[in-house]
Order: sequence, then C-alpha cells, then structure tokens
Amino acid sequence: MMFFLTSLLVSVIAASTPLMLAATGELIAEKAGVLNLGVEGMMLVGAVTGFVVTHITGSTTLGILAAILAGAGMALIFSVLTLTILANQIATGLALTLFGKGFSSLLGRNYVGIAGPTLPKLDIPGLSTIPFLGPVLFGHDVLIYLSFALLAATAWFLYRTHAGLILRAVGDSHNAAHAIGYPVIRIRYAATLFGGAMAGLAGVYMSLSYSPMWAEDMVAGRGWIALALVVFAAWRPFWLFVGAYLFGGIMYLSLYVQGIGIPVPSALVSALPYLGTIVVLVIISRDRRRIRLNQPASLGKPFHATA
Amino acid sequence: MFKIEPRGYSSRFWSIGSPILALALTILLTGVIFAAMGQPPLIAVYTFLVAPLLEHNGLAALAIKAAPLIIIGVGLSLCYRTNVWNIGAEGQFTLGAIFGGALALAFPDAPAGLLFPAMLVMGMLGGMLWAAIPALLRTRFNANEILTSLMLHYVASLLLVYLVTGPLKDPHGFGFPQSALFSSAATTPIIVPRTGVHLGCALAPVIAALGWLLLNKSVLGFQLRVVGQAPRAARFAGFSENRLIWTAMLISGGLAGLAGIFEVAGPVGQLTTTISPGYGFTAVIVAFLGRINPIGVIFAGLLLALSYLGGDAAQIDLGLPNAVTGIFQGILLFFLLGCDLLILYRVKRVRPAAALAGAAP
Repeated sequence: MMFFLTSLLVSVIAASTPLMLAATGELIAEKAGVLNLGVEGMMLVGAVTGFVVTHITGSTTLGILAAILAGAGMALIFSVLTLTILANQIATGLALTLFGKGFSSLLGRNYVGIAGPTLPKLDIPGLSTIPFLGPVLFGHDVLIYLSFALLAATAWFLYRTHAGLILRAVGDSHNAAHAIGYPVIRIRYAATLFGGAMAGLAGVYMSLSYSPMWAEDMVAGRGWIALALVVFAAWRPFWLFVGAYLFGGIMYLSLYVQGIGIPVPSALVSALPYLGTIVVLVIISRDRRRIRLNQPASLGKPFHATA
Repeated sequence: MFKIEPRGYSSRFWSIGSPILALALTILLTGVIFAAMGQPPLIAVYTFLVAPLLEHNGLAALAIKAAPLIIIGVGLSLCYRTNVWNIGAEGQFTLGAIFGGALALAFPDAPAGLLFPAMLVMGMLGGMLWAAIPALLRTRFNANEILTSLMLHYVASLLLVYLVTGPLKDPHGFGFPQSALFSSAATTPIIVPRTGVHLGCALAPVIAALGWLLLNKSVLGFQLRVVGQAPRAARFAGFSENRLIWTAMLISGGLAGLAGIFEVAGPVGQLTTTISPGYGFTAVIVAFLGRINPIGVIFAGLLLALSYLGGDAAQIDLGLPNAVTGIFQGILLFFLLGCDLLILYRVKRVRPAAALAGAAP
C-alpha cells in the first residue's frame, strides 16, 4: 500500500510538472494583458529543440537552455505581430501553434523514436532513502524543483514587488498605466517572452524527462490544458498549483486505468483529461462574477499609444 | 524610424492587397527556408507551388483537396463574423465522418438514392452535435468556446480510434485500424469520370455562394454581423445573442460535418484513423485569408489546397518532409495577420533629424 502510494505520488508529480511550468508562464503573460494561445506550439518547439541540442552536445544543461531560448523565440514572433503590428491575439496565437507543429516536426524529422538522454535525478545521499517521504520529496530531476521555485517566485513577484504591481496595472488598464508613464509595450514584451521561455521549459521536460524521446505532436494538447488551467485558477498562483496537480492526477489516472487492465477501451480512457478540462472550465466559468473580478481587464486587447 | 498611425477608416485597397502582399512575402520566406535546407530555392518553390498544377489531373487533385477546406471555411467565416471562436472544426469534421460512416457501414445494401442523402444528413447532424456542446457551454455556463471546442477535437479523434479498433473495425481487415470499405451505394458520386472529382467539389462553391447570401443579404446574416461587431448595439436592437451564437455554431459544425462525410465517402472510402490531414485547422487559415467572407474563402481554399499538393510533391521530388506544408500555412497566416495592419493603420516614416530640425526655432 505504501509502495503504491509512493509510486502514485511520484507519477502524479511527473504528469503535473509540464502543466505547471507552462501555466506559470502564461499566467504572467495574461496578467500583463496578453492572451497567447500559442502555448502548444511553443512547447513543441521547446521539446524538439531541447532534445536535439542535448542529443548533439550531450549536455542536458545546454538542451534546457536551448529550449528556453526556442520558446522565447516563438513568443518573440507572437509579440512582434500582436504588440508592435497590433494583430489579433487569438488568431496569432493559433497561427503560432499551427506553425510550431510544422516547425517542430521539421526540426525533429531525423530524431523520431530515438531513445534520448534523460535528465539526471538529483539524488541527495541519505534523504532519498527515507521511506515514503524520500522518494516523494527527493530524488526528482531539477525541472520539478524548478517548477515549484518558479511558481513561488512568480507569486512573490506579482503580489510582493513594485514591478509586479506595475505588470498587473498594465494588464488591468493599459491606458492608465501608459498615462502614468509606464512602458506598456515593453512590459508586455517581457511578460510574453517569459511565457514563451516557460513553455519551452515545459516542452523540454516532456522530451528529456517525462518520456525521454521526440515524437511528433508529443505535447498532445498539454499546452491547451495549461491555458485552461489559468482560467481555472482565476489568475491566482496558488490555485494554479492546485489545478496543475488536479490535471496531473487525471492524466495519471487515465494511464493507470489502462495499466491495471480494467476492461475499458484505452482510447476512451485517454480522452479523460480533455473531458476533465471541459468539466472544470464549465464549473469555474459559470460564476461570471468571479471571472470578471479576477480576469485582467485588458486581457487580449491591443494597445496603441495615441499620445 | 517608422510610426504607425490610425487611418480612421478601413482601407478597401489593403483589405484585398494585404492577402496578396502576405502571399508574396510567404513565398519569399519559403524560398529562404528551402535554401537553408540545401535546396535551390527557385526550383523548390516551383516544385511546391506550380508543378503540382501542371501534372496530369493536377487541377482535379486541387479541387478534391479544396472542397473540404472551402466547405468548412464558409462555416467558420460565419462564426468569426459573429465573434464566436469555433476552432474545433477538425473535431466536428471527424464526428460528421463517424455519423455518416456508421450509417454507411450499417446499411451497405440500401439503395444509393436513399442511403447517400441519409449519410449527408447524418454527417451534418454529427458535426452539429459536436458544435452544440461548446455552444451550450458558452451560452449556458459562460465557458470559453475556444478551449472547449479544441478539447472536443481531441475527444473526437480518440473516439474515432476507439471505433475503428473496436465496434466498427473491419473483421476481414487483418487487424488494421480501419472499417470495411463503404459499399458503392455509400460512395460520393464522381462527377468528372476518371478524375476523382466528386459531388462535394461541385457543392463547395454553391455552399460558398449560399453562405455569402445568408451573411450579406438576409436578416439573420445582418444580426450575426451586428452581434459580432457591436454586441451592445445588438442588445439594444433586441437580438438574442445566445440564439445567434447557437446559429453560428450549428451552421459551422454542420458544414464541417458535411465536409467530413464527403471526405470519407469520397477520397478515403472508409473510416480510418487518418481521415484528415488537419483540414479543420487549415480551414481557420482559409477563413482569415478569405477575409472571413464566403466568396474569398473559395480562393483561399484553392491556395491552401495547393500547399497540401506542394507538400506531397516536395516530399516525393525533393525528399523534403511534408511538414513543409504546415510551415508554409503557419507563415502565411503570420504574414497575413501582420499585413492586415495596413487596413486600419498607415505606416509613416519619421526622420529623427528632420523632426529635430522642425522643432528648432
């Protein structure tokens, strides 16, 4: 029983981490008023870049850095189009995902199905061997710890620093922020690039740790689930953590049910996370007042300084 | 330095000029990408965009690929005009194929005059059903239709996998994930012999024309456009926003479902796990490139159909991966969205030196 619980928790942590990383990045972007629907595409490009660079250089550190840059590079395309050229954010985000799908399969065409290098686990001597707590708390790879550290840092940044206050102001009323003299566009660029970097990180976690290989379309909708998570969390960091682990749990459940041989067709069980996302969105969104109170007021609206 | 300045009106010239400029820039960048992949750019672009049309039956192949894109794109145009963001057309396409296909498999011996029309109706119903879910969730529970319709696309493709590996699997299919071939009564009539050009190809422009009439010449179309452009005005006019969201979603879902059944009853001929190379998503680009106007969708559909043929040609003749198609489509949409700036804004050149000189007394 203890063993089962341990492996359950370890698996849920693994399934939740990419969601939490990507959603943390999108949270910052949306808090600044930018709705980037390209998370799925940025994750795919991050996943393939990280895998290929690790494969060539043999260094997971370089692979992770490359994935961060690749994600941010994708976000830069989005930023130039939506922030400088004022293109529609919904359509541009969608274009980013379509482009990311094609671009990632082009980049990874010679790497499909090759067993890849795996991110090493941080084994702290002594601690990881403590029964139950050891394997649950210690012995993960660095990205898992990073996902918690970055979410905590994000929460602290947003609500405990002056810069975070400015970022939220830009997201709530870009005209007022501009009138006071804050550089709305520059702040939005920074927030969107951070979102892209985090999506790249989420992607490389998929291809170096979660299932260490590259396969076309391997992100399988997690980018979209991360977007739904931000709504689920009503743009609050703590609830982002709850949501990521809730969805990680559902994803693990669908794998688990297939594993123990319950006679349910595996394709139908695989649909659980997507159906779960819909159910959760409905439950959260029906409270219109709560969405209205928490959603950044300028979310998705283009800003063009007239004066 | 350049400065962006609002025109204060929307430029008719650039609303047509922008897609043409975007296409030119896309071809240019595609050439650069081909060159980066070690291909002579001119020959590669020719192979990708011109050669497929000159092949034997090239135009027929174009029409067959364009039909689903146009049929879905018309529905999406109506939707986007209404400011309803249905991006799950791929799922509605799949459900149309499943509903119509199940009927074809259940009654293989029924007379064609009865079976085929019934399949088309079932296909539309399947697509409408799948679009009704996000419509219900948006109107009743305020849930974002972008995310729900997209999630349902994943559910639809898993449902298809389940059906063709389970209940609808061909017992004589050697274990492949596919259904039996449809009977000849359940096959889309071919209208040009020996080319594969089927009824759907002829219906696509008709549907586009009807879509244009609906959007521009009917009261319903007027209401859809008002809700999309000025929701407050629509409320004052007493238009029911919820009813119009439902209408837009059901029309686009029904058309995506119709495209789905045409595809499996025509070029594919059975239910398999690979019934679509992403028509539902490409149709989003078709709708934008066609200026969310059903007539424009015809031209945009033909162009994006060409990108599919070009991807195949690049794979066969140049040994390039057919992911080139996806990249071309993505870049085209990027440039288009960027060039659309010129419709509402003008770009002015500001010379810092001149500005300084002007400021001097």
